[in-house]
Amino acid sequence: MRITQGTFSYLPDFTEEQIEAQVRYCFDNGWAFSIEHTDDPHPRNSYWEMWGLPMFDLHDLQQAMEQIDECRKAFPDHYIKLNGYDRAKGKQTTLLSFIVQRPENEPGFFLERTETQDRRIQYTIRSRSQSAN
Amino acid sequence: MAGNNSSGKKKSRWAAGITPYAEMGYYDADYEPKATDILCAFRLVPQAGVDPIEAAAAVAGESSTATWTVVWTDRLTPYENYQAKCYRVDPVPGTDQYIAYIAYDIDLFEEGSIANLTSSIIGNVFGFKALKSLRLEDMRIPPHYAKTFQGPAHGIVMEREYLNKFGRPLLGATVKPKLGLSARNYGRVVYEALRGGLDFTKDDENINSQPFMRWRDRFLFCMEAVNRATATAGEIKGHYMNVTAGTMEEMYERADFAKDLGTVIVMIDLTVGYTAIQSMAKWARRNSVILHLHRAGHGTYTRQKTHGVNFRVIAKWMRLAGVDHIHAGTVVGKLEGDPNAIRGYYTTLRSGKVDADPSQGLYFEQDWASLPAVMPVASGGIHAGQMHQLLHLLGEDVVLQFGGGTIGHPDGIAQGATANRVATEVIVQARNEGRDFLNEGPEILNKAARWSPELRKALDIWKDVSFDFESTDVPDAVGTVTVA
Repeated sequence: MRITQGTFSYLPDFTEEQIEAQVRYCFDNGWAFSIEHTDDPHPRNSYWEMWGLPMFDLHDLQQAMEQIDECRKAFPDHYIKLNGYDRAKGKQTTLLSFIVQRPENEPGFFLERTETQDRRIQYTIRSRSQSAN
Repeated sequence: MAGNNSSGKKKSRWAAGITPYAEMGYYDADYEPKATDILCAFRLVPQAGVDPIEAAAAVAGESSTATWTVVWTDRLTPYENYQAKCYRVDPVPGTDQYIAYIAYDIDLFEEGSIANLTSSIIGNVFGFKALKSLRLEDMRIPPHYAKTFQGPAHGIVMEREYLNKFGRPLLGATVKPKLGLSARNYGRVVYEALRGGLDFTKDDENINSQPFMRWRDRFLFCMEAVNRATATAGEIKGHYMNVTAGTMEEMYERADFAKDLGTVIVMIDLTVGYTAIQSMAKWARRNSVILHLHRAGHGTYTRQKTHGVNFRVIAKWMRLAGVDHIHAGTVVGKLEGDPNAIRGYYTTLRSGKVDADPSQGLYFEQDWASLPAVMPVASGGIHAGQMHQLLHLLGEDVVLQFGGGTIGHPDGIAQGATANRVATEVIVQARNEGRDFLNEGPEILNKAARWSPELRKALDIWKDVSFDFESTDVPDAVGTVTVA
């Protein structure tokens, strides 16, 4: 399966140039750039591990690309996503977030059903991977 | 008409009988609106022979303290405070219309009540005989009054953080056919559309609880579909469960059931009324469920240029009332909408603070004082081939709803959904790369269609579909603008 979280999951995986163009878009907007990674991409996992702090003062594309590379080397089997964060009043939130690395085999999720009363079913989505749950 | 005071001699303000509204204090060209005043812009057409200033003063009078004759009991009150004041009347060039600006003291209105606000401002004056027609074009809601409302239960920022979806328009589809599907078949459409790539599916406004499908059955099958699709995609999905019902008690019962099943969103129709909408907004915040509003029925009073209430005013009321989503037009789709007017609606729903902008039909500045923003929803006759226009016209904080444009895909519903999602992402990518995505849109989409057979089919089948009709309602300041 292919997890479809993130802004560009329905497109073919981005080339380095395409990733760089999106990072440039963040810089041009004055957004803080950050990298996060995880082996638990559950749709309700709001807190992927941070690759250092959000890089508020980074404006150098090459350095940004190097950081992405280092994160990839350190976690070759993890999901990695890039975020653009806008601290402007009324936003104060993420404005772009897309996956730039996936494990070769994405285990995906299964749906666990518990039948309760009156035909109601309680649903739990569980990760198929061993390490995350 | 109350203005027929032909005695020639100006009589006392308090003489029994009939005195022109303008002379009773409802018109004051020197009045400086206070920061706390609620301001209204009315478009009015007086009957033949009626002085426009007197007509405007009559609107101010009848929407505040006046009645048709002088009453001595006014003198028991500091009536100057409670009289609305028309402070400006502008002719609209080339027409028999006038724009009247009227200021209302904040004490005229109950805190946090759309019902009271609207009963005051549009309660009485629209049937006034001295006017041929009357339309409420815009209102300025001062922060002092805005802050007495809850506002959107969650707002755009919270919705995106809750759904974990950033940087692109959200995508939805209304289940079709809108009437007649059994609950199990209905859930099939939901599952296919969501697993194919949409974020949301939606009940239509008139899907409530009919003989062919009762609400409880629909909710149960739809939640199976939503959860199946979420597990398949590894991404949060939702279905707008329409909880509209005949009584408030029934709405709460349906909404509570939907919440217990784990839905992220419920919906109501505008036809339930302002008070019910405010109640559901409180329910939605209390229960962490997003609230979608379908503007069912609004066309009966928003569409005609010279009579009714402009949709931008409804948009303001609904932001105060506290909905998270509201349908606000597509420009390019099958339903009424001038591009500049619709831009004004979107600005009204999404901005923190805006200046007056006649080109968008915004008569006043508006400071929302940190009330959350409402997510506009574009729905009705749109398809993947228009994605570049939609992103250009509507921006990214919007739900694009492709009903026919998903379910009508020749290869299937999931394929229709995928076509829409691919088109969205590839146009957003191009925009972020700094490309002229509006003009290069067709080329960008066609290039993506080389690796996406779903998009290829969608582009081919709907390539000639457009809805080019002249709008019945455009702002005065500019002519009709083409969308492409």
